Amino acid sequence: MRVLMFGWEFPPHITGGLGTACFGLTKGLVKHGIDVIFVVPKAFGDETKDGFRLVNASEVVLDFHQQESREFWQKIQYMEIGSNLVPYLDPEEFERITSQEVRTGEDVRRTIFSQRYTFSGKYGPNLMEEVSRYALVASSLAQKNTFDVIHAHDWLTYPAGIAAKEISGKPLVVHVHATEFDRSGEHVNQAVYDIEQKGMTEADLVITVSNLTRQIVIERYGIDPEKVITVHNAVEPVDHPEMEGVHKHVKEKIVTFLGRVTYQKGPDYFVEAAYKVLQRDSNVRFVMAGSGDLLNRMIRRVAQLKISTKFHFTGFLAGQEVDTMFAMSDVYVMPSVSEPFGISPLEAMRSNVPVVISKQSGVAEVLQHALKVDFWDIDALADAIYGILHYDALRRTFVRYGKAEVDNLKWENAAINVIEVYNKAVYK
Amino acid sequence: MRSICLYFQVHQPFRLRTYRFFNIGEDHHYYDDYQNRHIIRRVAEKSYLPANKLMLDLIREFGTAFRVSYSISGTALEQLQTYVPEVIKSFQQLAATGQVEFIAETYAHSLACLRNKEEFVRQVKLHQRKIEELFGQKPVTFRNTELIYSDQIGEMVAEMGFHTMLTEGAKHILGWKSPNYMYCNNINPKLKVLLRNFRLSDDLTFRFSNQDWSEWPLTTEKFVRWLNNIDKKEEVVNLFLDYETIGEHQWKETGIFDFFKHFPTAVFSKSGFTFNTPENLYKELQPVAAISVMHPISWADEERDLTAWLGNELQDEAFAKLYSYEHKMKSCTDPDLQKDWLYLQTSNHFYYMCTKWFSAGEVHKYFNPYGSPYEAFINYMNVLSDFMIRVDENVKAPPLAKKEPKPRTDIKPKVSREKTKTVEIKPQVAREETKSVPAKPKGKAREATEIKAEGKTREKQKGKEKENYRKLDFNDIITLSDKKVKDILKNVEIETLAHAVKGTGKEVKQKIEKNLGVRALRQYKEMIKQLKGLKSPDLNKYRKAIIKEINQSVK
Repeated sequence: MRVLMFGWEFPPHITGGLGTACFGLTKGLVKHGIDVIFVVPKAFGDETKDGFRLVNASEVVLDFHQQESREFWQKIQYMEIGSNLVPYLDPEEFERITSQEVRTGEDVRRTIFSQRYTFSGKYGPNLMEEVSRYALVASSLAQKNTFDVIHAHDWLTYPAGIAAKEISGKPLVVHVHATEFDRSGEHVNQAVYDIEQKGMTEADLVITVSNLTRQIVIERYGIDPEKVITVHNAVEPVDHPEMEGVHKHVKEKIVTFLGRVTYQKGPDYFVEAAYKVLQRDSNVRFVMAGSGDLLNRMIRRVAQLKISTKFHFTGFLAGQEVDTMFAMSDVYVMPSVSEPFGISPLEAMRSNVPVVISKQSGVAEVLQHALKVDFWDIDALADAIYGILHYDALRRTFVRYGKAEVDNLKWENAAINVIEVYNKAVYK
Repeated sequence: MRSICLYFQVHQPFRLRTYRFFNIGEDHHYYDDYQNRHIIRRVAEKSYLPANKLMLDLIREFGTAFRVSYSISGTALEQLQTYVPEVIKSFQQLAATGQVEFIAETYAHSLACLRNKEEFVRQVKLHQRKIEELFGQKPVTFRNTELIYSDQIGEMVAEMGFHTMLTEGAKHILGWKSPNYMYCNNINPKLKVLLRNFRLSDDLTFRFSNQDWSEWPLTTEKFVRWLNNIDKKEEVVNLFLDYETIGEHQWKETGIFDFFKHFPTAVFSKSGFTFNTPENLYKELQPVAAISVMHPISWADEERDLTAWLGNELQDEAFAKLYSYEHKMKSCTDPDLQKDWLYLQTSNHFYYMCTKWFSAGEVHKYFNPYGSPYEAFINYMNVLSDFMIRVDENVKAPPLAKKEPKPRTDIKPKVSREKTKTVEIKPQVAREETKSVPAKPKGKAREATEIKAEGKTREKQKGKEKENYRKLDFNDIITLSDKKVKDILKNVEIETLAHAVKGTGKEVKQKIEKNLGVRALRQYKEMIKQLKGLKSPDLNKYRKAIIKEINQSVK
């Protein structure tokens, strides 16, 4: 079976969970003998004139073994399309950032989204235009390639998926990693919502990353439940032996929040819980790693609570820094208000860090060896943090079972479920 | 005549409330009163009351042919007394028929037998006394928490004077043997052992309403047919059940009440069986063999072992921490702490921490008020932490512990006896103090400035501590001369005194009583009686008043 897959990022150029998830899923599919044509928008400035080109894959730096790598790239055709598509941005923000760039002449996005692709700005500042342009390219792609099924990841690629379906007549599977409600709370952007709904409606089948998201798709987008199938995300098992050299520079225990500092991630609950814990135990430090629109408010709140000497902000962390942060942490906290899945707790557990996650996260559906609290229940959150810090048997149990649990959540297994969805779409 | 031994376990724990770490040291009420009241009332209404009525009717109908036995844990009895006393009354009615045997267990339905013999014996005695008090019989049969049994446990039980004990007829200990005989303990053959017929018992407790079960629906005819299929030589079929099986685990709608209502009729008309209690069986039956149980068994889960309560890190840690206070609790006289000590030992708390249900065990989930074993553990440990702080505050630590640099004014220093004049003790302690202080900075960075700074603070501390030595604590009253004590007591309200002596040692009480006038002593004793059982809201307030007097007298 051959799949035409539309994504928006691919390692090493990743901004968030989605690139990693696409990569893991693709690897899993390849293991089961599925051919994948992966299409990704890209604006490095090295695009060919006709808008897309085939990249020589061996040039891409990837951190897995040579043998595996060769096998992988034999089955994969990696395509990049020049585009301005930015994940996690809504059209207004996109507009704001690009126009700011025009005014000041500096590359704002480079600093905000370090470690990822930059934008030439050639293709126009309108995100919706970019999405449509991507769809246009997709239709020409669909004409020139043969495949059995189309797989589109999240709303920016849905129009591309629909276009490809119209040209080829092949079934479309859309994969919902996040919805507009997760990104914006109740203040949804209507245009984005419309694209999402159209994508889900036109799709033959919809994959959601959790039952939580499945529920949203059914209730908020009015999609037939029969059509919506949950396939939980997974993680790639990797070892970090080099992390053993990492030492904490402080003697206190460290409790970490790592993620975008936005409404969706619930950073304010983390701050309030930190305050509660610090009132009883000054032998703890809290770290908020990440940046986002709520960051300044968090800094102000921390100052107001007079816990600044015990509460630290690192700004955005990437790559090695993230691993180092995990290695230094004693507890990882993800108090997300709304989290379709949430891969980072799995990464923490992989580094032997016990985790506290909100019940409102998709990952809570698959994890047993984690403490789960309601994001709004600051008392419970503080209590969970305190419990892990003070009751050593708890930490030991988490370390003992947590890593094993995460190692069992393999993309290989998730890919089987995705293939089932493909089969259902193709042979229905 | 062959017998059916119908025995029911009645138990309810004092469930803990959500107890956050910031409650530690502040709030000493641990129990979810609302939930506990709600549950026991519900279970009483659905199960205990109608089931008791049913049993009473059966006894009245069939006379001595129908007998039944119960064990009711102390924690269940207490909750019944508080929230649904009519259940106690109905049990008393059953007791009055003379055909109901009440069986002893540990008061708190605890796992003390696995940890500490002394504590185990203490709890069994407590329970025996409670049963005697409520139902007028002294239990002669013993049933351990969740039927936990081993050769050693059996031996301890025999030593306490019980002549029969109930346990599970676990497959792995019986092998080819049948549970339907009287056995005896492997170490002390005087203790007879009755083994639960788990197949027939579980047919009622777990499978009765299961429509996927090939034998569903289970009728009395069918059940009696199974009883008749049992080899004619076998003497007793032990049906040991949770009492909640009738009406709570198996709802009324499943027909469970009808089953029990018609069960005796079916037994009497279609089989040669009769109903009997363990006490009667003890008299009637001789053991056919000793039963060897090296490792403790129970009636829980497929494994019939202890893994529902102990074995994972969380359970073992909580269990070890709890019992590390066993020796301290021996010298603790505070009734509230003693109560908490019992309630915290209840096995259910450890059951909630079981991780087995991750893989299987709907049963565990059903009985668990917590979302996960981790939550159960954190909550329990928070409560336990507070409990430990209270015990430490209440119980005198061993005299002048080595690593204790602070003057323990709350301890009666032994040195005092050597000295004739009490005032002289103080410098003695002070010397000890100054000696131990320089040891502090050892091993730390020894920069000159730091040492200097420390020296200064040390001097300050010394000054402060000197002040402290002038201050005597409440318990130091015993180091004072009788004359001084008399003077002090004259200035203290009797009521204050009665409050303040709560939880203090014998010596203190004697010293005070000795020095009270005749009239004052009478008032004082009267007051103590009145206060008994009441919680002194602010012990320290009362003590402070007296401590002030003590210190003034020394000046």
